[in-house]
Amino acid sequence: MIEFKNVRKIYPNGTVGLNHIQLKIHKGEFVVIVGLSGAGKSTLLRSINRLHEITEGEIFIDGQSITKARGKELLRIRRDIGMIFQNFNLVKRSSVLRNVLSGRVGYHSTIRTILDLWPKKDIALAMDALNRVNMSEKAYSRADELSGGQQQRVSIARALAQEAKIILADEPVASLDPLTTLQVMDDLKRVNQELGITTIVNLHFIDLARKYATRIIGIRTGEIVFDGPVEEATDEVFAEIYGRPIHKDELLGASK
Amino acid sequence: MEIDVIKKRRIGRMKIILSIILLILLLWGSGYRTNISLYDFFVGIPNIWSTLLDMFPPDLGYFHYVIGPMLETIRIAIIGTTFGGLLSIPIVLLSSRNVTRSPLLFYTARFILNLIRTIPELLLAALFVPIFGIGPIAGIFAITIFSLGVIAKLAYESVEAIDPGPLEAMTAVGANKIQWIFFGVVPQVAANYMSYFLYSFEINIRAAVILGYVGAGGIGLILNNVLASYQYSRALSIILFTLVVVTMIDAISNKIREKLL
Repeated sequence: MIEFKNVRKIYPNGTVGLNHIQLKIHKGEFVVIVGLSGAGKSTLLRSINRLHEITEGEIFIDGQSITKARGKELLRIRRDIGMIFQNFNLVKRSSVLRNVLSGRVGYHSTIRTILDLWPKKDIALAMDALNRVNMSEKAYSRADELSGGQQQRVSIARALAQEAKIILADEPVASLDPLTTLQVMDDLKRVNQELGITTIVNLHFIDLARKYATRIIGIRTGEIVFDGPVEEATDEVFAEIYGRPIHKDELLGASK
Repeated sequence: MEIDVIKKRRIGRMKIILSIILLILLLWGSGYRTNISLYDFFVGIPNIWSTLLDMFPPDLGYFHYVIGPMLETIRIAIIGTTFGGLLSIPIVLLSSRNVTRSPLLFYTARFILNLIRTIPELLLAALFVPIFGIGPIAGIFAITIFSLGVIAKLAYESVEAIDPGPLEAMTAVGANKIQWIFFGVVPQVAANYMSYFLYSFEINIRAAVILGYVGAGGIGLILNNVLASYQYSRALSIILFTLVVVTMIDAISNKIREKLL
């Protein structure tokens, strides 16, 4: 379970990133966070694994405070949280398999990992992760030989190899075409259902949010303005989150 | 309005004229203080011909005699570049602001790096000869320090230009700093680093040739001796030999660098 207790984030220039965030996300949920760009979606997501620091309040992951965690403790909590990025963030010059194995570094000693002395079990785990996203035949290709959609699936495999209990996906389909968008979202949904991994995704396509989410959280200028099941997220609710009527380009089906 | 434009143009022209006068003064002053004279230059011209004539034909039989010292020069460059390349790695990481987050640390590392880079390799060799004695060891250390400066400067700039995405991903998986460097930084800069290493090796071969002048081993010592004793045909064969070796090494190194990037 992820719990935000009265979280506030103020940037050095005085901009309020997050304000009064009280939030509980339970195990196995598929949460989609929606909002205009700059509303604080990314800040909210990145504060969960502390890629962004918060100014006030506290965040708990399965009862443990990540806000107060230091050194090894922090690395240990991060190890259990996979992250998917808009730009995939693979090492382009490394092989697909090595990129997936990089998700395993938190489980072994420094010397073992930097010498690439992976236990057989880890290789099997990485291959199994690649299998789940249908990328196992590309294991020995260099990451930059793959298309965007394939790279994003490899990054999902990296999170799986990590044996993550939570997956955070920050605009995972923003640089993909509509077809691969659906494939990547299907992969995320399948992983969520088959392995029970809590999944939190930032999206700006409203129809995608409705199709995949079990719960939608709407953010406007750093505050949660809607939090509820998909059925309650009507067009009026979205208009409220966005502060204006829905545009056509906010629907994947209509825009492309 | 019109007066303003005329004024501005006049000021602009004055600036150009003053700059030219300043440059001429600087040139004339430097020449005057170093006592150069056109007379010496014209008197020297016939010497060019006589020296060239003395050099021909090159003493080709001398080749086998200089193979030993030439190999020593190459060895000095190889060992020196390797030591310098290895020692540069920690300095590169410390100087890069995206790896070393503390400004105090990376500014200090860069300051040390800049200090190293102000000393020419010949001066380094001249400093090391009294410490380690006449011979290749002084040359090796001079080349080590010199290539450390070259490689570190080029490499830290490429480290700062890498894609921050994979670094963020490694932070997110819970990697410690060393794992973060090996998985996020190293694969992105390894090819560049090797290219700078080879580039530095090319420069070092040339540097090692003249190190012998201050007693730091290699072919330079012999070149110095034959020139001092007016054996110009031998000097020419050493120069030709050096030319061949340097060109070959440059060509090979360039080919490898093309393949790397």
